[in-house]
Amino acid sequence: MSGIPHDHYEPKTGIEKWLHSRLPVVGLLYDTLMIPTPKNLNWMWIWGIVLAFCLVLQIVTGIILVMHYTPHVDLAFASIEHIMRNVNGGWAIRYIHMNGASLFFIAVYLHIFRGLYYGSYKAPREVTWIIGMLIYLMMMGTAFLGYVLPWGQMSFWGATVITGLFGAIPFVGEAIQTWLLGGPAVDNATLNRFLSLHYLLPFVIAGLVVVHIWAFHTTGNNNPTGVEVRRNTRKEADADTLPFWPYFVIKDFFALAVVLTAFFAVVGFMPNYLGHPDNYIEANALATPAHIVPEWYFLPFYAILRAFTADVMIVQIVSWLTGGIVDAKFFGVIAMFGAIAVMALAPWLDTSSVRSGRYRPMFKWWFWLLGVDFMVLMWCGSQPAEPPYSVISLIGSAYWFGYFLVVLPLLGIFEKPLPQPETIEDDFKEHYGKSGSADATTPAE
Amino acid sequence: MRETLSVSQSEDHPSTRRDFIYYATGGVGAVAAGAAVWPLVNQMNPSADTRAASSLRVDVADVAEGTQMTVLFLGKPVFIRRRTADEIEAARAVALSELPDDVARNDNISDDASASDENRTLSNFEGENTGEWLVMQGVCTHLGCVPLGDGAGDFGGWFCPCHGSHYDTAGRIRRGPAPENLPVPTASFVEESVILLG
Repeated sequence: MSGIPHDHYEPKTGIEKWLHSRLPVVGLLYDTLMIPTPKNLNWMWIWGIVLAFCLVLQIVTGIILVMHYTPHVDLAFASIEHIMRNVNGGWAIRYIHMNGASLFFIAVYLHIFRGLYYGSYKAPREVTWIIGMLIYLMMMGTAFLGYVLPWGQMSFWGATVITGLFGAIPFVGEAIQTWLLGGPAVDNATLNRFLSLHYLLPFVIAGLVVVHIWAFHTTGNNNPTGVEVRRNTRKEADADTLPFWPYFVIKDFFALAVVLTAFFAVVGFMPNYLGHPDNYIEANALATPAHIVPEWYFLPFYAILRAFTADVMIVQIVSWLTGGIVDAKFFGVIAMFGAIAVMALAPWLDTSSVRSGRYRPMFKWWFWLLGVDFMVLMWCGSQPAEPPYSVISLIGSAYWFGYFLVVLPLLGIFEKPLPQPETIEDDFKEHYGKSGSADATTPAE
Repeated sequence: MRETLSVSQSEDHPSTRRDFIYYATGGVGAVAAGAAVWPLVNQMNPSADTRAASSLRVDVADVAEGTQMTVLFLGKPVFIRRRTADEIEAARAVALSELPDDVARNDNISDDASASDENRTLSNFEGENTGEWLVMQGVCTHLGCVPLGDGAGDFGGWFCPCHGSHYDTAGRIRRGPAPENLPVPTASFVEESVILLG
């Protein structure tokens, strides 16, 4: 499985041998669970478990909600209220599902920024990174589809605006939009298919998660130093790693417990804090809410979508070059998806030979600026589309693209990296002293 | 048959017949796969009952000057506004060069007609285009929100709250991200005070 030397599963009893020679499933689980993991992983490496937990949480609560939900324009809104008021414990299940989406995105953003800081996207982990980006896109699709189902005002108008993005595609856009909606506007046909797809996509995500884990189990985990695990001898590998079970599982579960404490505090005491009151008004095709705002996790990209209006010079240039085919509307759509595309291309845009940001003195500053930029864009996305927010959005969007397309390629040339530790073992000893040596961390037999 | 086959195989292109069968099978397979997938794709297009609901009669007797009514037509709002003399005057005073979109976007006239105010409004039952009646789809051409009316926005017409597009008193885009004027649907007066949409 992994190129890191470690113990493999050996069937001992008769029944184990019998099964193993027919279906080596226990061996697969054993090797997955006992995978050698760099022993210097810090707390930013817990978000994977949180994400796996979120996926299971959302699937379980989602299956329950569908048992009581009615996907029809006349009944959907009422069926949500039925869940909230009549179904036994329905309010809790729905609030967990609603806020579970937010936890999912908090975890995924921390997980992505972890990868960006420690260079987890770099060779040989490009495939893990690309699959991760696909999972992230699927998550956004699933979250959008799910948000439409309660059939409130934000549901309806969010669906109208987002499907309108497809209408911006030149020539075929309107046909695609009509096809997606199943009619000239968001209506019952739309609601039905959105439920169908909202139910489907999490299972696609689950499949991608398996491939994501398979990919980084093949390359081995990255770690805060970015230095690879030594795999020439078993002794060296053992000095750099510990098996995933029990060491990291217990650590991750502890972190999960802390995260869930905060999560259930939100679910219990402020379940609607991250939502919009307008979504408790039933959908009305004749009145747009005064201020349409997507859920918080879409805001940075929503700000990028809105930033490129017809009076921005680059939009005018592109419009002129393409003979008007790419107008401001389509440009905004390209920019929004492009913002994720440039992130997906990070493995090839980053020219630095050093993996971890810990040893990159200039990179650190640009990275934290990207983090600030992300928060600023999120704030702009929540504000009305007018000065000064439109100008700030434009600057923020420019930096987002600049970071990936200009800063990452150039830093590799101009930056003088700091010395890196020779091995993970050295880094571990430096942090935890002599007691943290390979011998001492081996549990007393 | 066996004779012919062995002859052809002894020639320069011994597998010509096999190649043909190979590509023909592949081609037929691709067409069959496409034919099988198309219904799965096409089922998502508008259903027959959705396509059938395509015209609507609207009684506009109660629409007083300076007010508007909104009706739902094909799932989208349609604005029917009876404009004041001031609004008509304001719209007609605008030079075409000031308009980001200089095409009428009026389904009742030719596609390349200019966006002059006269090309946007509906003639009354007597056939006079007085500029009084403005009928348009109330869907922002940016991303499909319903603009606010009754003099909203910086040009006294409509304003889209979603992304800040301003439309003038003839429903023409003046500022903001929307690329086109609000579209005028197929419409006509079929009685003194009844408009037929579609």
